[in-house]
Amino acid sequence: MTTPVLRLTNVSKQFTLHHQGITLPVLQNVNFEVAAGECVVLDGTSGMGKSTLLKLIYSNYRVSAGSIHYAQAGHVPLELTSASPRVLIDVRRHHIGYVSQFLRVIPRISTLDLVAEPLLAELGHDEPAIKQARELAGVWLTRLRIPERLWNLAPATFSGGEQQRVNIARSLIKPRSLLLLDEPTASLDALNTQTVVTLIQEAIAAGAAAVGIFHDQAVGNQLATRRLDMTNFRSITCAAQ
Amino acid sequence: MSVDKQSPILRATGLNKSYGDRAALIDASFELWPGEVLAIVGESGSGKTTLLNALAARDQPDSGSVEFQLKDGALTDIFKMTEAQRRLLARTDWGFVHQNSADGLRMEVSAGANVGERLMALGQRHYGKLRATACDWLARVEIDPTRVDDLPRHFSGGMRQRLQIARNLVTQPRLVFMDEPTSGLDVSVQAKLLDLLRQLTQHLGLASVIVTHDLAVARLLAHRMIVMRRGRIVETGLTDQVLDDPQHPYTQLLVSSVLQP
Repeated sequence: MTTPVLRLTNVSKQFTLHHQGITLPVLQNVNFEVAAGECVVLDGTSGMGKSTLLKLIYSNYRVSAGSIHYAQAGHVPLELTSASPRVLIDVRRHHIGYVSQFLRVIPRISTLDLVAEPLLAELGHDEPAIKQARELAGVWLTRLRIPERLWNLAPATFSGGEQQRVNIARSLIKPRSLLLLDEPTASLDALNTQTVVTLIQEAIAAGAAAVGIFHDQAVGNQLATRRLDMTNFRSITCAAQ
Repeated sequence: MSVDKQSPILRATGLNKSYGDRAALIDASFELWPGEVLAIVGESGSGKTTLLNALAARDQPDSGSVEFQLKDGALTDIFKMTEAQRRLLARTDWGFVHQNSADGLRMEVSAGANVGERLMALGQRHYGKLRATACDWLARVEIDPTRVDDLPRHFSGGMRQRLQIARNLVTQPRLVFMDEPTSGLDVSVQAKLLDLLRQLTQHLGLASVIVTHDLAVARLLAHRMIVMRRGRIVETGLTDQVLDDPQHPYTQLLVSSVLQP
């Protein structure tokens, strides 16, 4: 039995809205583990806290209680809920990837550089390595059917689907041990959806662990090695909201 | 995950500053790490600029310490240095980009002289080299190098801000302080400047402290964020954490008050 890459223990999340004077319980007693090579798909209707759960793992949201333990072979295990911002920045840069359908467009940066950026960030001025990273970005863009004539343009004017595919290339170009997939295929056509599924399958086959949300049941079925029903993580108070 | 082996480039501990009866800064403590961009946000009068001025040794706090990691790696209290040592730091290892470019530039000398001045202060005297470096830096901040002999007063607001950045970065500082670097500029000019700052901080591995009231600027540039209110730090964290899951009532108000942080 391998050590799980991710282990959540009694994780709860509630949002306290001070100015409205209310507390919104969203998740209660979340317990599960994910091992390398596994893809756990979260099932539940809208508003059940699926995205909240991914954001808690990514430390985008802060837990109200519980622990999120991340372990990668060859590295010291880490409790994400108490890790310093400095450590979290490093973990996000190298180990945990968040793949969403939304591209946060950065003004004036070419599509090729945007995709290569996760690799470029640690290359300094190593010109051959930078060239290699750009070539690899080109390979990813080709697989995701972004025409070469667009590579040197900033994606601000691209269609929604094109931006989404650029974001997927950017999110997956650097191998990570844990992938958080927040509807990465939403609103893609069938052909591109299948390409993204293949890319995710390749990452998992290469040893990544994944937790994902897919509204498209067929996509979820193709990727899931296990499914989690979000209703298990709703307390009576949550359900009453 | 070996990041904790490094030491911070800047450490503020228990900073306090009052102006008369009014406490402008109360018990401010934090660390900044090499290559990290930290945004200080909060409304006008919250103590952002007071904190920045204390960190940059422009205004001595009433109590507390600011330690800077010197090139030999030792963290040294900047207020225990001599005035000459602090001036040298400000000219070499630090940069300071002012909100009002006229505060950070010498308006009566050419753009080239503005960029070359810090190099001259470090002992460079070769006119040809100074001019070549100045032209190179003008190009890096996207100012046409043929404008090297023009006075900054003939530049637009956005160009002046970029000139200020070139002037500060030419000595390859390790830490740059910025006070509202994009406010007062047109939105299109802001985007250009922000992108430039983002690329320069990334490529040069600069640590930076940016005071801004614009949460979108913080989102784009900063790894971490400090929220200030009435002289106190009320919340800190990763930038996206603070903006997406604000905990303090004041941060919640701040985040909910803008259209798109």
